[in-house]
Amino acid sequence: MFDFSIVTQWIHSFLLTTLGLPEWLTILTESVLVALVIITLYAIFAIVLIYMERKVCAAFQCRLGPNRVGKWGLLQVFSDVFKMLQKEIIKMRNSDRFLHDLAPYFMVAASMITFACLPWNKGAHMLDFNIGIFFILAISSVSVVGILLAGWGSNSKYPLIGAMRSGAQIISYELSIGLTMLTVVAMTGTMQISEIVEQQYEEGWNLFRGHIPAIIAFIIYLIAGNAECNRGPFDLPEGESELTAGYHTEYSGMHFGYFYLAEYLNLFITAGIATTVFLGGWSPLHIPSFDGFNHIMDMVPGAVWFIGKTMFVVFLLMWERWSFPRLRIDQILTLEWKYLMPISLVNLLLMATLVAFGLHF
Amino acid sequence: MAIKKATIKSIPYEEFKDNATYEQLVQELNANGVNVVVKKLDDLFDWGRSNSLWPLTFATSCCGIEFMAVCAARHDIARFGFEVTRNSPRQADVILVSGTITTKMAPVLKRLYDQMADPKYVVAIGGCSISGGPFTKSYHVVMGVDNIIPVNVYVPGCPPRPESFLYGMMQLQRIVKVENFFGTTNRKERDPFKAQSKERQAEIINQEEKA
Amino acid sequence: MILDPQLIAPSALKATMAQLKAEGFDFLVHLTGMDWGEEGFGVVYQLENTTTGEHRSYRTVTADREHPMLPTVSDLWEIGNIYEREVYDFFGIIFTGHPDMRRIFLREDWVGYPLRKDDKTEEQNPFKLENAELADTTTQYDVQEDGTVTTKQNIVFEEDDYVINFGPQHPSTHGVLHFRIAVEGERIKKIDPVLGYIHRSIEKINEGMTYPQTLALTERMDYLSAMQNRHALCMVIEQAMGVEVSDRVQVIRTIMDELQRIDSHLLYFSCLCQDMGATTPFLYGFRDRELVLDIFEETTGGRLIFNYNTIGGVMHDLHPNFCRRVKEFIPVMRKNLKEYHDIFTGNVIFQNRSKGVGVLTKEEVINLGCTGGTGRAAGWHNDLRKLRPYAAYDRVDFKEITFTEGDSFARYMVRLLEIEESLHIIEQLIDNIPDGATQEKMKPIIKVPEGRFYAAVESSRGQFGVYLESNGDKSPYRLHYRSVGLPLVYAMDKACRGNFIADFVTIGGTFDYIVPDVDR
Repeated sequence: MFDFSIVTQWIHSFLLTTLGLPEWLTILTESVLVALVIITLYAIFAIVLIYMERKVCAAFQCRLGPNRVGKWGLLQVFSDVFKMLQKEIIKMRNSDRFLHDLAPYFMVAASMITFACLPWNKGAHMLDFNIGIFFILAISSVSVVGILLAGWGSNSKYPLIGAMRSGAQIISYELSIGLTMLTVVAMTGTMQISEIVEQQYEEGWNLFRGHIPAIIAFIIYLIAGNAECNRGPFDLPEGESELTAGYHTEYSGMHFGYFYLAEYLNLFITAGIATTVFLGGWSPLHIPSFDGFNHIMDMVPGAVWFIGKTMFVVFLLMWERWSFPRLRIDQILTLEWKYLMPISLVNLLLMATLVAFGLHF
Repeated sequence: MAIKKATIKSIPYEEFKDNATYEQLVQELNANGVNVVVKKLDDLFDWGRSNSLWPLTFATSCCGIEFMAVCAARHDIARFGFEVTRNSPRQADVILVSGTITTKMAPVLKRLYDQMADPKYVVAIGGCSISGGPFTKSYHVVMGVDNIIPVNVYVPGCPPRPESFLYGMMQLQRIVKVENFFGTTNRKERDPFKAQSKERQAEIINQEEKA
Repeated sequence: MILDPQLIAPSALKATMAQLKAEGFDFLVHLTGMDWGEEGFGVVYQLENTTTGEHRSYRTVTADREHPMLPTVSDLWEIGNIYEREVYDFFGIIFTGHPDMRRIFLREDWVGYPLRKDDKTEEQNPFKLENAELADTTTQYDVQEDGTVTTKQNIVFEEDDYVINFGPQHPSTHGVLHFRIAVEGERIKKIDPVLGYIHRSIEKINEGMTYPQTLALTERMDYLSAMQNRHALCMVIEQAMGVEVSDRVQVIRTIMDELQRIDSHLLYFSCLCQDMGATTPFLYGFRDRELVLDIFEETTGGRLIFNYNTIGGVMHDLHPNFCRRVKEFIPVMRKNLKEYHDIFTGNVIFQNRSKGVGVLTKEEVINLGCTGGTGRAAGWHNDLRKLRPYAAYDRVDFKEITFTEGDSFARYMVRLLEIEESLHIIEQLIDNIPDGATQEKMKPIIKVPEGRFYAAVESSRGQFGVYLESNGDKSPYRLHYRSVGLPLVYAMDKACRGNFIADFVTIGGTFDYIVPDVDR
């Protein structure tokens, strides 16, 4: 496999030795570079996902989807972005201006930092701690603060109801996500994302290694992750037909654009984490004792594997979104507290037993 | 000076019905001439804006059903990028006034229009919203929404066919495409109703302060 | 039918009505406010006995034009509540003992009563661009034993109620309907409908129009029952004039009514899916609805408003392709109905959200006058096509779909199963459309003989009735429509209390009201 750390190391040494920059300036330059890369990738993926969503949904609904702007409507999202950029940002007199304006940045910041944790290729991860999983869980729940602020700061009734729903929902489903993550951590024995992927590269994807408990955890994670990013059938906080636009009812222009971006990026992140933790991240598909096949699979770059798998999971989530009606708030909470959480707890126990007796592959 | 004609995919310029009115509008917009650089930037924004007119889901009567038909599979408004119908006026770009507006509804419509973020457009759909339609004798119907809010495009019919909806939207696209973002569109006094509403707002603030 | 309402003095009204209720007249079909000029203001009551099917009408009149007052019947029939508010709004008749005497259609600061013959509405009400504040209290007028009238303030919403406004601009109210909902967390405490955002005063305009002109406005009320509405008005005029339309017209009207029903129920399905967050089935419903519209378009030239029925016939003969198209459509529709059941009916989320939600019992639906699918879902056999067959319904075989649960799921199933029945009806008729004239010879100026007439059809969502009072002129003296949606909107309060906000959307979707039909 191509190790991306060669590139990063080359840049590092180029800045430090060839250009002779001092240590602190080197790191600063690198940070700026990485930040630029994150922002660019963030924007690119948002655009790709929005386009994909529109086309996928059109296909489900016997429609064509965007096809007038650019070839096959490829430029559609760009025109949306240009429009959004110069749309007026409405200021309301009775809202809490500071909190109201702060909320979208919370959303974007939370999703951007989580986005930075994803492992793109061997040696290509931007944030990689030894408590990586923990960090992801912590930082991704910051977005709920953004939603609550949006609901509160708008000083309007629909956003408030939407925000309260969202608070209840996200905090509940956070539990399931945490527990499923713990299940995997129990198996891998590490919280560092790069190591989790590395391990899967060596020994096979976690989904197959951990067989029954891992598959249960994967399914629970998909459900809870979907709920986490407020997408149908869990889109109650927005609840188009109930709350007009939920917590972002009062946002216009680019502030609304940030919520819109964050929604799609959260979808990507959910899928990305599922890929990292269960589907082997950038590691290619290996079938034991099929060496020729494995060798060919190794030729495909890791980034392609990662993005491909993530997009597959995204497609699964979109499929779910466009097929199911919306749940009701009590049903959402029942699903979590009465079914998903107990199952994940038992599942964690099962996994622990599995690990203790070495029953996994 | 040759004036740039806005091209719309799939309908040639000559096939639009009211080119005379349109050209007059373009003349007016370009009367004072514009800076080349600014105009290029304008064109970019106009391109974005004209291809991403998100309608507000607003319907009062029969025309609303045809609006739903436009969004549905056969006519598929999504092809033009208009399918992101927003339920919140803050996020919408164009309000398709489809259906009769009554005197009780008029203040609500006005408020909806005020709640929309600039730049915003209005399309009056159907006889009722253009002139009161079959209800001109009524005591409770507004004779045309242009009494309340400025209208950009009128689409006649009772109700108009989905094709007319799309045609009306393309006419709107043509109008948007020639606007000068750094010139007229952002100029507040373009909207004659704005001055009135400003006065009213000042009044409200005064009242509240007194209270 | 020709009505001969029996006159009751206002003083005796209370006792007579209570007695009638006890005799089994449990369905108040409708209540029409009247301005009889010299005679004064009055009300025409139409009652029906749901077990025997007997139909009776009564009228009462008060000579006082300054302060007309009549006793209420809203304590006997719950639906009387909203009907009487309508009469108060248009005629200014105060119903003593009525708990909620507020305007319902017009703005609260409206001056005058527009349906009075001597009202100068336009002059008194200049166009305003300010919202009228909605009051949180309401007035009740009571007559004491000594004859004096006392007023009492009733509270609609408490000071500290958390009231959210659903509408007038809201995606799931299906038009410009305004519900003020008091909620406690996510639970609904009380619903107060505010109507009239699309009140176009059709009844008033009709009074200045000739009969053929009035036809055009019926279609614009419930635009999804356009054919049936117009059918009802044509029927009442034909009955009043004693015109017999040919067999061919009867069959054509029946087929058109049934196609319209399919069209409407498809839209119902689509919108319900949309409201519950399933966007994909919405487009499936619309895809198939376009097929029905194609058939309509070929013969009538319209997609939504058809102008097809005329007094004494239909506008044009059927298009040569009509029969072929319909025959092609029936199997396609049957196949796609299965798809609907697969994608939506069987869905566990939908079932959980609709079963046992918004239950109305049989007694309640009768008391609230909820006809059509909503009534049938609760087990009330109210299908006029069976009860009083009109057009060609007596010669076809079909089932009346009824359930007993009375919940949202039953209401939904009634609609979907009715599509199948409608297909079955069309199938029986399409091959044997008799020959005959499509239009009877009518005089150039149509005058209806003096009298009071009523005709009702089973429209897509319930009993749509037309009450016509004529004094032999070329335009009606009073034309009142029994709106299908008005009772449904009123029943929302009863059905939604204690449920969640999300259930409000489900219940509203399954009730299937059309707002312009409610407001007229």
